[in-house]
Amino acid sequence: MSGANDPYDPKEVVALAPETLQSAVDDARKAFEDAADLDELAAAKPAHLGERSPVLTARREIGALPPQAKADAGKRVNETRRVIQEEFDKRHAELQAERDERVLREETVDVTLPTDRVPSGSRHPITQLIERISDGFVAMGWQVSEGPELEAEWFNFDALNFGKDHPARTMQDTFHVAPEDSGLVLRTQTSPVQVRALLNSEPPVYRVSPGRVFRTDALDATHTPVFHQVEGLAVDEGLTMAHLKGTLDVFARSMFGPESRTRFRPSFFPFTEPSAEVDVWFPEKKGGAGWVEWGGCGMVHPNVLRASGVDHETYSGFAFGMGLERTLQFRNGIPDMRDMVEGDVRFTEAFGIEY
Amino acid sequence: MRIPVSWLAEHLELSEETSAETLAEAFVRIGMEVEEVTHLTPITGPLVVGRVAEVEELTGFKKPVRYCRVEVGESETGEERIRGIVCGATNFSAGSLVVVALPGAVLPGDFEITERKTYGRVSEGMICSARELGIGEDHDGILVLPPGSADPGSDAGEIVGLDDSVIELSITPDRGYCFSVRGLARELSNALDVPFGDPANRSIPDDDRPSRVVRIEDETACSRFVFRRLTGVDPAAPTPWWMQRRLALAGVRSISLPVDVTNYVMLELGQPLHAWDAAKVSGDVVVRRAAAGETLTTLDDVRRELDPDDIVICDDSGPVSLAGVMGGASTEIGRDSNDVLLEAANWDAASITRTTRRHRLPSEAGKRFERGVDPAVAAVAAERAARLLVEYGEATISAGRTDVGEPIAPAPVTMPLALPDRIAGVRYERGVTVQRLTQIGCRIEVGTSADGVGVVTATPPSWRPDLSQPADLVEEVLRLEGYHTIPSVVPAAPAGDGLDAAQLRQRAVSRALAHDGYVEVLPFPFTGEETLDAFGLEDSDPRRNALRAANALEADRSLISTTLLPGLLDSLQRNLSRGRRDLALFHIGQVVLPEKEQRAVPELGVETRPSEESLAELRSAMPAQPKHVGVVLTGQRERSGWWGSGRAAGWADAVQAARLVADTVGVSLGVSAGENPPWHPGRCAELTVGGTVVGHAGELHPKVIEALELPKRTCAMELDLDALPLTESRPAPVVSSYPPVRLDLALVVDEGVPAAELAESLRTGGGGLVEEIRLFDVFTGEQLGAGKKSLAFALQLRASDRTLTQQEATEVRDAALTAANERFGATLRG
Repeated sequence: MSGANDPYDPKEVVALAPETLQSAVDDARKAFEDAADLDELAAAKPAHLGERSPVLTARREIGALPPQAKADAGKRVNETRRVIQEEFDKRHAELQAERDERVLREETVDVTLPTDRVPSGSRHPITQLIERISDGFVAMGWQVSEGPELEAEWFNFDALNFGKDHPARTMQDTFHVAPEDSGLVLRTQTSPVQVRALLNSEPPVYRVSPGRVFRTDALDATHTPVFHQVEGLAVDEGLTMAHLKGTLDVFARSMFGPESRTRFRPSFFPFTEPSAEVDVWFPEKKGGAGWVEWGGCGMVHPNVLRASGVDHETYSGFAFGMGLERTLQFRNGIPDMRDMVEGDVRFTEAFGIEY
Repeated sequence: MRIPVSWLAEHLELSEETSAETLAEAFVRIGMEVEEVTHLTPITGPLVVGRVAEVEELTGFKKPVRYCRVEVGESETGEERIRGIVCGATNFSAGSLVVVALPGAVLPGDFEITERKTYGRVSEGMICSARELGIGEDHDGILVLPPGSADPGSDAGEIVGLDDSVIELSITPDRGYCFSVRGLARELSNALDVPFGDPANRSIPDDDRPSRVVRIEDETACSRFVFRRLTGVDPAAPTPWWMQRRLALAGVRSISLPVDVTNYVMLELGQPLHAWDAAKVSGDVVVRRAAAGETLTTLDDVRRELDPDDIVICDDSGPVSLAGVMGGASTEIGRDSNDVLLEAANWDAASITRTTRRHRLPSEAGKRFERGVDPAVAAVAAERAARLLVEYGEATISAGRTDVGEPIAPAPVTMPLALPDRIAGVRYERGVTVQRLTQIGCRIEVGTSADGVGVVTATPPSWRPDLSQPADLVEEVLRLEGYHTIPSVVPAAPAGDGLDAAQLRQRAVSRALAHDGYVEVLPFPFTGEETLDAFGLEDSDPRRNALRAANALEADRSLISTTLLPGLLDSLQRNLSRGRRDLALFHIGQVVLPEKEQRAVPELGVETRPSEESLAELRSAMPAQPKHVGVVLTGQRERSGWWGSGRAAGWADAVQAARLVADTVGVSLGVSAGENPPWHPGRCAELTVGGTVVGHAGELHPKVIEALELPKRTCAMELDLDALPLTESRPAPVVSSYPPVRLDLALVVDEGVPAAELAESLRTGGGGLVEEIRLFDVFTGEQLGAGKKSLAFALQLRASDRTLTQQEATEVRDAALTAANERFGATLRG
């Protein structure tokens, strides 16, 4: 086009003319605005920012200008290019935002669809209750132990001070292993664990024993032949019935809330003397705050300590026992005992895994 | 024991306003369990005594119906009023005194009496039974008052005694003396601090000559035996109304005067009595144990084979009474008996318990003897009954009284005076121990022991054989002082260790299974032969060797289960029957595994700790009771839904449940093909830990499924949780931060090659650089040839100290391949 050192007025070069540059900007802006999506924008880009675009064509002309004119022309071309690029970037950002939004909109799902491909399982409320009770006693420093469900009569009766022919030992309550004089029974209570604990360890003993027990009661709304108990035993120097009461109050509060409390009524059990029935009062009782019969307790009978080889002059102890189905029944307002033993999953599922 | 409040009150100085509730509360406070307090319902409206004037039997009805003309007193103008009343009872005749509810009266249960037409007559009222009046259960006939006991027209409400309440108590086994008005009134007097009049405090005339010679041959059987003889008894004499009423309220049916009197005295004093027809007793009377082979026909006309442990009373003809339990038929009082021997004896409690149980003859008398009867009261009771028969049965007491035997008086018990304080954790007022023990009838001596401690020696009264050691005395003091005085103090236990490893393991397994979709069930451990047959267990299968409950509730479920599966499958079926189709259940519980030959359980004493040898012998006689975990599955393990179709539960889920258990507790579980009923022989995994079989998992045998009517393809797993070793601490692995090399190997092997073993050969062949092997594809197809399969493994190799080179990776791969080839003939799939 033009040779070096020619006297040269940049204003005379068409490509560098201000109007040309301005129209390059205007054209580019329009083209970018007309682009409906990123693809069209990309297609429009070379014509306005590509090698053959007016602004780059103009830049190439600068080299031919006299040195004194180069700076000014360069500034204007660069400014033009910056503006076009800015227009492009602006439009690009707009279209990208539009596209992103559209994609997200298109990806929308119905979050209320079911998601239970593998339904969750659950644990029996009795199991959960056992763990909760155990944890409460562990927190007080007690140990948890279990004994065998099939038990020697010696552990289930003799060592617990049930006389051989005592009415409390009569046939109608106990599942005996055949033949009837086998000396083996399905334990009728968790109390034999007391004797096992005392035979196996020196006092002080603080032991809680949850477990399954058996009585020959037919299944109905309030009875079941197979149920669970929790047994507590403490043998130490200087233990009193006040300590028994204190322990049961703590236990009651952990089961029935901070306002609950216990009371004793004198009673009889062969393995405790003095013996008491323990009632619990709690505000959330079904039908209004009130007392419910909860379990049995007392001071460990000296005969039990004797049979276990514990010096009953030095040591004293207390013991208590509660039915867990019964506890759950009045704690959670379960009208029918059968719900807890039949294994209907609909019942158990209501209790989740940990409640 | 049911007892009317008015009867108790007769022996107590109670203020007028003492309510039945006050008495019931007092009972509860001192340890008597109150079952129920019933107030007799006052009857409003006209309830009068009537005299039956005429009885007309109405015929043509399905049951006997009478139309009676009943005199119900004089009208205001002095005329005899007669009412016509229809009645369905037949235990009365013209002249009987009865209770009549006239129109306008309202009986218990809001039963309003109106004049009404029935059986073709107009009935102007109702003749009442004891039950209709609310004073007893007797409804076999109407209430007939003894002749001359009231005038027609007089207010029957007062005679019937409706202003009264009945307290029903459940007596604990240590308090035999409370099976009487005497014992209960004494307890109330202690609880309420009111004076008590002992109904046994009666003088009896000296009379040393025996009514009849009685020899006690077994002194352990009988500690006292009293006979008092009466002649001229009128067995048909009516029982006085007041006695009938008390018996009715106590729940005892009136039978005849002699029987009613013995029951009445038993309720009053606690001493069971038996009336003999003296004319039917021949020769001397002997108390002894039965001889083998002897028989006795008891009052209920049952001929009983006697046991050498039974105590019998004999005359010349042999046993004539089952002592303390039931009299004999041959000496029974009859309609024409007027020569009566009243027996009041004291029998060995344990023997009576055994006899009662052996012959299944529970009775009011037996209940009292089992718990102990006051031996001091025998002669008084006989005398009391005799005098009642004199008064109401026109009898004459014959001279002479038999009174033999040597009752053992309770031995004195000595304890520190402060022992009750020490046991209760209470500082009682001075003198409380002595006061309370005196109150219950003990003779007290206070002294000082050799080491200067104040002691009390209490000689218990004859009716308290249960007071045999200090703890028994302590309980008396505590309960009479009231348990409400005991404070609440939390004891400080020594610091504990928390749960042990086995307990933590069980919790972890339980949670893991629940999180994996299993629902816990707690089925009963009972099963039957039929189930084990359905399982297809061989006779020699150890699971057949189950203990049996001697008194199972259901005869077909008397076995104590050796496996969790019967219970789990029961639960599965119950849920299926209630409409659930997709089920995954688990149970963790003990099973009972006796040895082939159950060892005899030794008899151990209780006086002291048994010797270590005898304890060891006892332990070795106990069957093993390991804790098992089991699962059963049916239906869909994964549901179908918008995500696609569901997946049916299969053998692999059962095996995975076992793996989950093992992974949870950090034990490496071996899985190999097993064959064990009730599982499908081709779909049963044997589960091992360190070479020991710990359980099985897989699909159940189709025959088992058919026999038990289970859904097709039901799956199960059971393993011995206790057999998994407890890993208390575990070495930490070295975690390499160098990059892994991954490579895939598709191997062709014979169809029978177990994938796990092939993987194991790759692992051992590949050596220590093999970090992980995963089987990702199983393929069979024609191109492989018949009897072949292709197993594709992804291997991940990694070194702990460097980045592996390509060459090292190739070497490992080749070594693994070689091992697989050598062991199983595996070739690379081309």
